[in-house]
Amino acid sequence: MSGETSTIDKMVEQKYQHGFVTDIESDTIPPGLSADVIRAISARKNEPEWLLEWRLKAYEHWLGMEQPDWAHLNIEPIDFQAISYFSAPKSDKDRPQSLDDVDPKLLETYDKLGVPLHERARLAGVAVDAVFDSVSVGTTFKAELNKAGVIFCSFSEAVQDHPELVKKYLGTVVPQRDNYFAALNCAVFTDGSFVFIPKGVRCPMELSTYFRINAAETGQFERTLIVAEEGSHVSYLEGCTAPMRDENQLHAAVVELVALEDANIKYSTVQNWYPGDENGLGGIYNFVTKRGDCRGARSRISWTQVETGSAITWKYPSCILRGDDSVGEFYSVALTNNYQQADTGTKMIHIGRNTRSKIISKGISAGHGQNAYRGLVRITPRAENARNYTQCDSMLIGKKCGAHTFPYIEVRNPTAKVEHEATTSRIGEDQLFYCLQRGISEEDAVSMIVDGFCKQVFRELPMEFAVEAKALLEVSLEGAVG
Amino acid sequence: MSSMLKITNLHATVAGKEILKGLDLELKAGEIHAIMGPNGAGKSTLGNVLAGREGYEVTQGEVLFNGKNLLELEPEERACEGVFLAFQYPVEMLDSVGFLRLVRQKLEVLHIGDELLHRAVNEGFSGGEKKRNEIFQMAVLEPTLAILDETDSGLDIDALKTVAEGVNRLRSKDRGMIVVTHYQRLLDYIVPDKVHVLADGRLVATGGAELALKLEEQGYAWLEDGGIATLDADSAVETASP
Repeated sequence: MSGETSTIDKMVEQKYQHGFVTDIESDTIPPGLSADVIRAISARKNEPEWLLEWRLKAYEHWLGMEQPDWAHLNIEPIDFQAISYFSAPKSDKDRPQSLDDVDPKLLETYDKLGVPLHERARLAGVAVDAVFDSVSVGTTFKAELNKAGVIFCSFSEAVQDHPELVKKYLGTVVPQRDNYFAALNCAVFTDGSFVFIPKGVRCPMELSTYFRINAAETGQFERTLIVAEEGSHVSYLEGCTAPMRDENQLHAAVVELVALEDANIKYSTVQNWYPGDENGLGGIYNFVTKRGDCRGARSRISWTQVETGSAITWKYPSCILRGDDSVGEFYSVALTNNYQQADTGTKMIHIGRNTRSKIISKGISAGHGQNAYRGLVRITPRAENARNYTQCDSMLIGKKCGAHTFPYIEVRNPTAKVEHEATTSRIGEDQLFYCLQRGISEEDAVSMIVDGFCKQVFRELPMEFAVEAKALLEVSLEGAVG
Repeated sequence: MSSMLKITNLHATVAGKEILKGLDLELKAGEIHAIMGPNGAGKSTLGNVLAGREGYEVTQGEVLFNGKNLLELEPEERACEGVFLAFQYPVEMLDSVGFLRLVRQKLEVLHIGDELLHRAVNEGFSGGEKKRNEIFQMAVLEPTLAILDETDSGLDIDALKTVAEGVNRLRSKDRGMIVVTHYQRLLDYIVPDKVHVLADGRLVATGGAELALKLEEQGYAWLEDGGIATLDADSAVETASP
């Protein structure tokens, strides 16, 4: 690896010699990771000095960290020097200027998945910020949001236009050193979304971002920051689709949510990255750190996720319940088929008084899929009268898959009330024959059973997302039986 | 009137073992036939073969259902053709409210309360409730041919009466039913047109309702003792040719 690295380093240096800082014609930084690559990313994005320093500090941390191995996952070694850390669609002049200029194939893919972009965005009343690889290509409804005082833009734009807000909140929920992949993201993140809802404002529409990995061999490192000021409300939808790909790709995102007093943030995800083929070849490594900070009293953060894609998912959207009477929620459906692996769950950290949290996790394993729920409920000493309810259900389809549950419960205050319920069930041949005998086809039977199983989570999703989620589950379970 | 169901020389194996060994049966629309027989005779296998369950392999013979070759059809296609199997051991299903949406008006047939609709299919049901639910689904689906596989097993007398009442109300000139049972007592409430005795994979005796009484009285051992041959003429038994 070191030989390769030095070659890459040379290439990077060479670029520098040729003044690559201003070379906007070149569209991809060659594979490799070094302080120079980070400087190059920062320079291309015309970032202020403090942000570059912040990135470099994170990179220093990352160099001293080791990739965690506690998850119930089997991860092939990742060659971080083989990844290209910046890729933008072509040169500036043929970069799409509006939705009309977006690659029709991209729109077609969105269309197939029922993504309400383009006309559908208008009909559905959804503002869409489409991330085409690392650069934001189109944002709708900006004017209407502006009128309400809502800022919804790409992370890069926010750095340019609202540096004081970014500086104030960046890294305050997920510290740079939080974990290996978060540290990496801090060092090399390229773009993402930024949302700011000012005091007392109820965001007039659901905000939606669809991410897509486009160029081959491109790791994607998004960063999302949502700040909801006192008494504000926002619902944010994030959907992911990725085309066929044979190489494993790393996707290490960081999402930070900040809810001040009486603020309410609802964050919904439908994740459908390429899961690899039926033999487990290829697919996305989805190693994501998502965390919400209920910083103010009576604030509420609700995570809903439907995870059907990725070869490996490692993700624990969490809530820090700092404000008194704050509420954290986590609703999750995670499906693994073929050779997919998932280790996902949440952390609910109760710090404030009368804080409440609710966890509903539904894991579905089919094929050779391995699905683990990992969740932490921590009641700290000053969290008087904290409440948690956890329901953790697993469903097995076939005999070669696995379901695992790792609940961690730490209670340091005697007034706490913590409940944990768990079930495991199997769709067996008997159940399927029963359905067939009642005239229901095998696929319908499976999707009916799975739909019923996931109902508690689906109903938390905004309507059009719920429809997409159901469709995705059906697609993902095709051929899971028989 | 032609037969709704015509089974000719049916041989079937389960896990390589031959269970049905040349079974013949004819059922006309509107008839109820009872099939009795000792454990392991192949009673449940017959129901599963007719419903098309995986793992039940037909090695020989023919099954015509309203003139169609039933054995060519997938299980769900058979169901759509009107073949209904009420299971001996209905499986517990997870929540599937959609299925129950059809059905509210059928509830009174089985004295099932509306609250059932708010429960998942067969989840947390007692044995009797599950069996009643099977008949309830039969009422909803209105099959052409219904096969009741030991629907009476595990039922107390009240549940048995309720189930039988449900079956009787579904009796019609267009519908054929095969009632598989181990005991005669169900036939006190569902009076069959014919009673067949299944032993070692074949129908060894066929008669009227009184044959069931005879079996109850003398047990299946009577068959093995060559009882068939000793049956007198007024029991109207046709013995199957070996």
